[in-house]
Amino acid sequence: MEFADVKPEPAKAVVRKGKTNRLNKHEKWYGYLFISPMVIGYVVFLLIPIIAAFSMSFTNASLLHESEFIGLGNYKKAFTEDPLFWQTVGHTLYFSLGLIPLNLILALGLAVLLNRKLPFIGFFRTAIFTPVVTSIVVWSIVWKYIFATDNGLMNQLLKLIGITGPAWLYNMELAMPVVILVSVLKNVGLNMVIFLAALQDVPKMYYEAATIDGASKRRTFFSITLPMISPSLFLALILTLIGSLKVFSQIQVMTDGGPGTSTYVLVYYIYQQAFKIFEFGYASAIAFILFFLVLVLTIVQWNLRKRWVHHEQ
Amino acid sequence: MSNKQRAVLRNLPVYMALIAVSVLVLFPFFWMVTTALKEQTKIFLFPPQWLPSPVQWGNFADVFKVQPQFPLYFWNSLYTSVLVTVGTCLFAALAGFAFAKLQFPMRNLIFLVLLTGMMIPTEVTAIPMFNWFTKLQLTDTHFPLIVPPMLGAGGMFGVFLLRQFFIAVPSELDEAAKIDGCSPWTTFWRIMFPLAGPSLATLAIFTFLHSWDNYFDPLIYISSDRLFTLPVGLKLFTDTAGTEWQLLMAASVIATLPLLIVFFFAQKRFIEGVALTGLK
Repeated sequence: MEFADVKPEPAKAVVRKGKTNRLNKHEKWYGYLFISPMVIGYVVFLLIPIIAAFSMSFTNASLLHESEFIGLGNYKKAFTEDPLFWQTVGHTLYFSLGLIPLNLILALGLAVLLNRKLPFIGFFRTAIFTPVVTSIVVWSIVWKYIFATDNGLMNQLLKLIGITGPAWLYNMELAMPVVILVSVLKNVGLNMVIFLAALQDVPKMYYEAATIDGASKRRTFFSITLPMISPSLFLALILTLIGSLKVFSQIQVMTDGGPGTSTYVLVYYIYQQAFKIFEFGYASAIAFILFFLVLVLTIVQWNLRKRWVHHEQ
Repeated sequence: MSNKQRAVLRNLPVYMALIAVSVLVLFPFFWMVTTALKEQTKIFLFPPQWLPSPVQWGNFADVFKVQPQFPLYFWNSLYTSVLVTVGTCLFAALAGFAFAKLQFPMRNLIFLVLLTGMMIPTEVTAIPMFNWFTKLQLTDTHFPLIVPPMLGAGGMFGVFLLRQFFIAVPSELDEAAKIDGCSPWTTFWRIMFPLAGPSLATLAIFTFLHSWDNYFDPLIYISSDRLFTLPVGLKLFTDTAGTEWQLLMAASVIATLPLLIVFFFAQKRFIEGVALTGLK
């Protein structure tokens, strides 16, 4: 009571401050309310499942029996006792290493060709991008038909020039290269468009300076173009690599892992173990090895990007 | 000779290379359509028949006879993809707006944590989720195809994209709205959400494509024929139709056409969207 009589002025200030506080307080609750669907989604559909998958990888969980803790048993099995696991890793790497150079070089080449003002250029850009918006299952079915053994178009064309074509997708050596080719044609447009955007961002004055200095076309490409678009190149490399480690649909549709196990890749193996024979524990361990690979690649990407940040605007 | 012709002639090697790749990439579409219109007996003719003769429009009708569920697959794909797209756009925009424009404790920390969700592969989380959905009797429903993609890794990508956009919006705009007595909801819904049109379109295109193309999830979660989406239905059709390629190709045309039509009308948005997000 006494205080109130003595100091009326600060009290006024407090009232005003109280009002803005109340506004901020409201804003705070709105903030939490607005992010809540995504936060709940993160916890329920990402965080808890990833933890559950991790702990499941230390058990022998299965549809067939009660689950027990078996420590590193699944990882030991994968690395030392299961030859199919290593085969699977090998096939995945084969796919990635086959796909990435083809995809990136073709995409870069196309982007360079498209990066000029010529008639009909827009048509080619659209055409090459079209497979990207086509369903991977449809794309795989059509190619499976083209590469069909007896009456597929590929073998019919070979027959026209007197060659008996191989059983492409039923041939241990050829199945994977065919899948790689089909995957490159499906997605090359994506990286092409990313590179094209990067090329168009290179300031024209660099090229003008190079021309004045009398630099050759090749020199200009390797000394100006390539370094200037390196952030995009690297981003495309990592994204393509992560995507290729997770390849599944085209394999499942075109070869179903076969012939034999010659096109088993990591995700196909996870699918087969978890959802065909319901060995959840072992499947989780393989899934976690995949997750670990993706994690490392993502971290590498973020760190290297920082180093190249001077190229980015 | 016009300027255009001269430009084409001078750059002949460029055009040759571009034509070669375009032919390779467009050929499957051509072959799909011609096969879809052929008589069954003409499918395996040697030498191959390039154009259908006689044109067999009836193949499209036969698809529905052989696989009466086909329109249902189409509907299932369409409505799940639309729901995922609408939900992702709305919730991602709400969260993106909050992270960019509202003040609340631990804002940036929560945002960074959400970003980590983008690198969690569905193939890993699917195993425990399959178990839980089985217990909750949600397998063999469309729930796992709609809600987890909306609020999972794809949703986090949306939050990232939209926050980037809202941060670039001048703060005078939302401060003016605040002074005029707009609640954060009104500011969001009346001012910010409409402004985000281009970013939302990009996100919508990506989400729709991704959902329409989703093969892994329906493959593991759905077992009833009537709940299949197009990719799974088509794969099933390849197993049952065997070598009736004309029907299979007709079905593929039906499954591909809607997306291609959307693409040709909005191709600029598609391609610029890819370039935009690719550079982020």
